[in-house]
Amino acid sequence: MRESYFPQEETRDLQSRIYWLFGLIVLALCGLLLRAWYLQVVKGKFYYELSENNRIRVVETPPPRGLIYDRNGALLVNNVPSFNLYVVLGDMPDQTEVLSRLADLIGMPQEEIVRRVTFKKEDPFFPIKIKDDLTMKEVALIEGHGLDLPGVKIEAEFKRNAIHGNLAAHLLGYVGEITQSQLESGSYQNLKRGGIIGQYGIEQSFDAVIRGIPGQKRIEVDALGHEIRVLEVNEPQRGNDVFLTLDLNVQKVAEEALGGRNGAIVAMDPRNGEVLAMVSHPAFNPNLLSQGASSEAWEAILKDEGRPLTNRVIQGQYPPGSTFKIVMGAALLETKEASPASRVECRGFLHFGNRNFRDWKRGGHGTVDLHRAMVESCDVYFYEMGNRLGVDNIAKFSHLFGLGHPTGIELASEKGGLIPSTEWKRQARKEPWYPGETLSVSIGQGYVSTTPLQLAMMTNVVANKGISHPPQILKKVRDQVTGSIQEIPTAEGKRIPISPETFRVLHASLAGVVSDPHGTANGSKSQFVSIGGKTGTAQVIGMKGGVHGKLPDKFNDHAWFVAFAPVESPKIAVVVLVENGGHGGSAAAPLSKRLIEAYLGIAPPLEPITVKSPAPPPSAIPSEG
Amino acid sequence: MIDRRSIAGYDWLLFVVVILILGIGVVSIYSVTSASEARSPLYMKQIYWIILGWVVFLVMAWIDYHEIARFAYPIYAVTLLLLVLVLLIGRTVLGAQRWLSFGFFNMQPSELAKISLLLVSAKYFSDYFPKKGLNLRQLLVPGSLVLLPMLLILKQPDLGTALAISSVFFSMVLVIGLRSKFLIYFSLMSLMMFPFLWQFFWNRLRGYQRERLLTFVDPTNDPTGTGYHIIQSKIAIGSGGLFGKGLFGGTQSQLKFLPESHTDFIFSVFSEEWGFVGIFIFFMLFFFLLLWGVEIAYKAKDVLGSLLAVGIIGLISFYFLVNVGMTLGVMPVVGVPLPLVSYGGTSMVTTMGLLGLLFNVKLRRFMLFY
Repeated sequence: MRESYFPQEETRDLQSRIYWLFGLIVLALCGLLLRAWYLQVVKGKFYYELSENNRIRVVETPPPRGLIYDRNGALLVNNVPSFNLYVVLGDMPDQTEVLSRLADLIGMPQEEIVRRVTFKKEDPFFPIKIKDDLTMKEVALIEGHGLDLPGVKIEAEFKRNAIHGNLAAHLLGYVGEITQSQLESGSYQNLKRGGIIGQYGIEQSFDAVIRGIPGQKRIEVDALGHEIRVLEVNEPQRGNDVFLTLDLNVQKVAEEALGGRNGAIVAMDPRNGEVLAMVSHPAFNPNLLSQGASSEAWEAILKDEGRPLTNRVIQGQYPPGSTFKIVMGAALLETKEASPASRVECRGFLHFGNRNFRDWKRGGHGTVDLHRAMVESCDVYFYEMGNRLGVDNIAKFSHLFGLGHPTGIELASEKGGLIPSTEWKRQARKEPWYPGETLSVSIGQGYVSTTPLQLAMMTNVVANKGISHPPQILKKVRDQVTGSIQEIPTAEGKRIPISPETFRVLHASLAGVVSDPHGTANGSKSQFVSIGGKTGTAQVIGMKGGVHGKLPDKFNDHAWFVAFAPVESPKIAVVVLVENGGHGGSAAAPLSKRLIEAYLGIAPPLEPITVKSPAPPPSAIPSEG
Repeated sequence: MIDRRSIAGYDWLLFVVVILILGIGVVSIYSVTSASEARSPLYMKQIYWIILGWVVFLVMAWIDYHEIARFAYPIYAVTLLLLVLVLLIGRTVLGAQRWLSFGFFNMQPSELAKISLLLVSAKYFSDYFPKKGLNLRQLLVPGSLVLLPMLLILKQPDLGTALAISSVFFSMVLVIGLRSKFLIYFSLMSLMMFPFLWQFFWNRLRGYQRERLLTFVDPTNDPTGTGYHIIQSKIAIGSGGLFGKGLFGGTQSQLKFLPESHTDFIFSVFSEEWGFVGIFIFFMLFFFLLLWGVEIAYKAKDVLGSLLAVGIIGLISFYFLVNVGMTLGVMPVVGVPLPLVSYGGTSMVTTMGLLGLLFNVKLRRFMLFY
């Protein structure tokens, strides 16, 4: 019985080796403990950071953009709250079902939603914007069905809002999501995908000033990317406010004056180059584009024959017509090819080479000097004088007045126009210059083309008697942080090498254009202020004979009027272009008068401007070819 | 009779150790599942399983292990039958065919296989005890006894349990010893056979199993798939540091970055929240449990008891080492639970039963007859 206290013989054999087993297990335990020590103590900090990176996501909060005011502090563009609809595909257990439910709720075709979704789905947790600016009813509907719509969320965001809609649309511009190529260009270094930047106009040019600094939100997320709680919030900083040189009242008058016609109006202060008004019509609604217009809407805008996305003031290139005679006058006097007293006999045409170059006035102007030629816009006088000057002299003076090259205004895609010369023709056309072509150039036709803004620069120089200020559109910036206002200094004026005497003569004749009973713009004479100006009629197609009234509108001539006032001490220069408007004196000049009177604060109460439909004046059509 | 009190003292300590380990499990499960508002929370279910586990413990401790061992072969036969049945009519859960449905409850014959193999191996080796160590011929019969259920389980497929079964066998072989001549032959043969064996087993592994093994070699190879478990587990444990992030403070597990956090990766949860200090204490508890088992094996009255104890220690150690090693990224991801800690009834009841059997061996050390 006591024997069983003692182990069996075999168990003794076992006992010695049980230590082996035990030893092995202890060894393994120690190994694992060492491993734990390595992970937790040696590499603990490394793994701690990894775990923090797992759980914390930094979300950027877009900053509200700075406000845009006119020169007098009238608000032009601000931000208004908007509820936008986003979907996060990664959070949807059944995409098809949720998306179809969503489509029913907001009354949007499901294909449209799917199209937007498939457009960018690299990252399943990237919120994709489906719809902007939900109505309160839609918000309520979606919130109410929240449980059935996993992965659908509504974000309250700021929407860019141009208060006056289409007003000054080309100048103000619009904003939009940064594009892939913009991201890759490297010019927007702190921006990420989905960031909003200015894509056009002021919004684009001064984007860096207006944009602001994004805020950051550190949020804790779970493994599926769901926000658990907010750990830290850095509020975004609104962008700086900008004050434009634009005058809202002048702009309004200009917009109304142009009305539904296609064309452009630009008003500037010749003393400093500030842009007071800038109209290009047809325009677009920046609010629609800022909110990411649908592809159909974009298509419609891009295909519109009126080219609403073209800023005619800086991109429209037109023959300047008779407004070019200002340059001609200056060239004549400066080169002494003619004195103010030099006369030319006008019988309604000039025979040159083997062709007749017509004057716009069938019967001719009789014997005219420079003053009369300007006032009555005699073509024959300038044909004759142009021939004396030669095209290269004309080109030289054109450049002095700022024609033929971009003015350097801070808006993208400004066009340069063209001032022909013998050198240009040899290079561009591989042909010599023919003397007959100089005659066309002399009355602002032929190869000559300028933008309305360049003509405004020319008018500025004349108004200023030789001092040219580069165009300026930004007047001051209000810093968001300090609240201080920084005035943008006027760029120093450049003196044009043309004598004051020449300008005296020009002023007198340009004043005559409006004040003289025979002046081409006499109908627009103001009873309140002296206006100097020049009409112009730019031919759209070459035509034999003056049969314009019978043509469809789109072949009608473009009507120009360039003006400054008051003549004695000019405070405003205006350029009006009415596309297919017919004659400058009847179609464009009255608009300038309205604008000038409005700006100088002496406008009579607003009344609709009635512009006679383009009468059939046999305008300045040289009968080429 | 004289030693009774001191032994009772020991066992009281063991009781405390087991309770502490179980407690660690419940607290960790509570921590990681507290956020979800289930009607009957998992930690409560786990407590029910623990209670059932103690009942099984008592039953297994009560019946003389010799009586149990007498039924080793019939139990083994039934196990094989059930394993074959599983393959024929078993329920498929998550791509693995492991369950037999008996209407009111589902059973997993592979769990039974562990116990029956423990019994049958101990029984066989004690009946035919090779005094001078094992030679090849003596290994043939027990080897086949192991290989048969192993292959059936591999077929399900359940790599974890198959390896666990072999661990019972190998721990016994280790303790019995191999003849030195045979040891040399065996090693040489194994070396030569290795490529063929590797080929054989590798071809029989399912795609995902191979993937797991490959991922183990290089977790970054598949960071969102199988490698994800290992990476997230290492981050959880590593970020715990020396003192841990505190209860409910484990962001990896609380924010669900760590998958299967209440079952196979419960150790990562515990480590993240309690740090190296927690791990050390946890290891000490397990070390004490194993030490207790080794002592029982050492002092067992007969070969049967000793081998039973050795097999149980081998099995529990296997689970512990593989599971913890997996969470620490030094073992491949083989889905095995951490004994007494992972959530789950089967593992709890089985482990408690095994501990009961261990206690059984100890209880009968001083019995005068059997």
